[in-house]
Amino acid sequence: MCLGVPGRVNEIYEANGLKMGKVDFGGVKREVCLEYVPEVEIGEYVIVHVGFAINQMSEEEAEETLDLLRQIINIEDEIGPEGGVT
Amino acid sequence: MSEEKDQVTIHGLVCPRPLVHDDIVVLGHGSGGKMTQDLITRTFYPPLENPALLRGDDAAVVELPQSGRLAISTDAHIVAPLFYPGGDIGRLSVAGTVNDLAVMGAKPLWLTASFILEEGLPMFILEKVLESMKTAAQEAGVVIVAGDTKVAERGKADGIFITTSGVGVIPVGREVGGAMAEPGDAVLLSGPVGEHGIAVLAARGELEFEADVTSDVAPLNGLIETMFKVCPAIHVLRDPTRGGVATTLNEIAQQSEVSIQIDEIAIPVTPPVMAACEMLGFDPFYVANEGKIVAIVPTEYAEAVLESMRTHPLGEQAVRIGEVLDEPAGRVLMKTAIGGTRVVDVLAGEMLPRIC
Amino acid sequence: MKYVSEYRDADLVKGVLDEICRTVTQPWVVMEICGGQTHSIVRYGIDQLLPSEIELVHGPGCPVCVTPLELIDKAIAIASRPEVIFTSYGDMLRVPGSERDLFSVRASGGDVRVVYSPLDAVKLAQQNPDREVVFFAIGFETTAPPNAMSVSQAQALGLDNFSVLVSEVRVPPAIHAILGSPHNRVQGFLAAGHVCAVMGYWEYPPIAETYNVPIVVTGFEPLDIVRGVLHVVRLLESGEVAVENAYARAVTFEGNKPAQALIERVFETCDRKWRGIGVIPQSGWKLRPEFAAFDAERRFQVADIQAEESPLCIAGLILQGLKKPHDCEAFGRQCTPEHPLGATMVSAEGACAAYYRYGRFTNE
Repeated sequence: MCLGVPGRVNEIYEANGLKMGKVDFGGVKREVCLEYVPEVEIGEYVIVHVGFAINQMSEEEAEETLDLLRQIINIEDEIGPEGGVT
Repeated sequence: MSEEKDQVTIHGLVCPRPLVHDDIVVLGHGSGGKMTQDLITRTFYPPLENPALLRGDDAAVVELPQSGRLAISTDAHIVAPLFYPGGDIGRLSVAGTVNDLAVMGAKPLWLTASFILEEGLPMFILEKVLESMKTAAQEAGVVIVAGDTKVAERGKADGIFITTSGVGVIPVGREVGGAMAEPGDAVLLSGPVGEHGIAVLAARGELEFEADVTSDVAPLNGLIETMFKVCPAIHVLRDPTRGGVATTLNEIAQQSEVSIQIDEIAIPVTPPVMAACEMLGFDPFYVANEGKIVAIVPTEYAEAVLESMRTHPLGEQAVRIGEVLDEPAGRVLMKTAIGGTRVVDVLAGEMLPRIC
Repeated sequence: MKYVSEYRDADLVKGVLDEICRTVTQPWVVMEICGGQTHSIVRYGIDQLLPSEIELVHGPGCPVCVTPLELIDKAIAIASRPEVIFTSYGDMLRVPGSERDLFSVRASGGDVRVVYSPLDAVKLAQQNPDREVVFFAIGFETTAPPNAMSVSQAQALGLDNFSVLVSEVRVPPAIHAILGSPHNRVQGFLAAGHVCAVMGYWEYPPIAETYNVPIVVTGFEPLDIVRGVLHVVRLLESGEVAVENAYARAVTFEGNKPAQALIERVFETCDRKWRGIGVIPQSGWKLRPEFAAFDAERRFQVADIQAEESPLCIAGLILQGLKKPHDCEAFGRQCTPEHPLGATMVSAEGACAAYYRYGRFTNE
């Protein structure tokens, strides 16, 4: 139920009464329905499932998560896997 | 056959003279009479011309090489759409047969091409396809020495169907085959995977996506010869087409009764192919190629073969993707991007976009 | 690929795996209830990399797997009609009904087409006013807003040749059914990230409290999954019962309000039969009466079709996490992806299909 892929909104327009957009997944572009992300702006990221943006993707959260995890590895490098100082 | 009543066959003077149809293909073009002859001389001969073909006999006659063994192959080609970024059914048919011969270690020499044309096909489409076949044949250094044309009623041939056969010569001393992989061998791949499958899928338009992807369809005999130059004893060569590299490796693993182990990180995939696969839920390892080589060579030759491949335009991104082991025989295993292991099975059925 | 590749970084994944190893002190049974997560776990070999104390169980998270046999038969009956263009997500074409599948309907002349988006089906209806276009609206909450939009759009455009065959299911009732079962072994839950992107995760704290089971909203890339496992293991080890969000880049507590509003407008909850499990009350959605005109079951009078499952199939036990695919006698023998006998072999994400494809024939 869950194949959702992040993509960048490149264009926003209306078609048949619906808010639609062109989303770029990194070399592949598709028309996506943006009705469920009414506040999204060009340049922002959305999660796309069957041609619909089901939510906006928070780049801030994404970066925070990755930073946090990178820190875990750095700490590990310092203290070593068993907890002793290397 | 119901075609008979619609045919126009001209015997001597006929009144009124039949219309000359030179903008679309009609049933009369397949009748075997003057219209067929006109089609052949006006449309087929110019792009494909070579002495054997132009003789116009019922069969082409060629000189057999003094030594070596013959390799013979045949393929039927159906593709929709007929034209897509990077290629078309004409290029596909020439490259496909050339490659089938080349992966046996043969130097491809002669091709035949028979066409089933759909009534109503615009003539300029046929001309474009033939022009494309000419280009592909020149790239491969082969000649199309014999051909045939029939016309099917509207609705019964999807534009064009092409069947090609090819003959090549395997030099003395060369032995390549799917059963020849040995434990310890290196597994090489000539470049990024999945380009043809995604390019055609995008061009079909049913899933309505645009992809910056061009089909890789190309004759590979030139690339293969650069490999034999540095390694006369290549064990296996394959061009992974439908079913992707995954299916090809499984075939080899079973034929040779060995295990093939692949490193996921080593497999080249271009960003747009990856993006298309992610969006649709495809695995690029299973997507069709038409211009790639999988080679299995003794490991001591791996570096030299890769260097040689990289000097050729079709092998610039050649990499080593894995190795051949003893066990588990018949299975392809993959070390995943995060260090886990998974079994790579053959493609079961058609790949369909998934929601899950 | 941005915001995908970073979550497949081997070093980051290993970092989290090491942390899991440091944290775990006893065996735990954790269930994930999303076909996409099952796929990712098996594809990347994540469960092999987790410490052996952690047993990952695959719940009924695949909408293809849980679609009842009779609904497939109904789809086939409708698709076989000459006036119908039957459209579906790709996953459903290979699912065998009692006699055959949608692929063979196409081979016999039926007009069966794969669409990527439900709006493509609506477009087909606009372009083919003389044909009946039917869309097979399957899915969990993630797919409900798109499926609902197809109906509301068809209504807005005044289309009278468009209808949907609905098989919508909801996750929370399924979790209740699993955790509430007397045989339940599941101690921690990974909630489906994209379901929660739509619905939020406000439904989960009551579930966690009722059954004393920590729940962590989890994404789909390898890094997301191991993070989800880390969070749930930390909660289990500390004895804390809580709901946490480990997919914050896509999920908020309230979820997507506009999407929920449209689901509410088009659908109402109903009982649904889950293949292999049985009827779970209030576990599905059906069209509201005001959209009855778009109900394909009514339009084509297929409501009475019944079907029976193969006696060899233990999909129900697998979906509830009580058995593994290789526990089944038919696994890999009478039942393969080419000839699936039941729900979990049918879709690529079904536990049995995933195990088969990735070679899990034994208990390793």
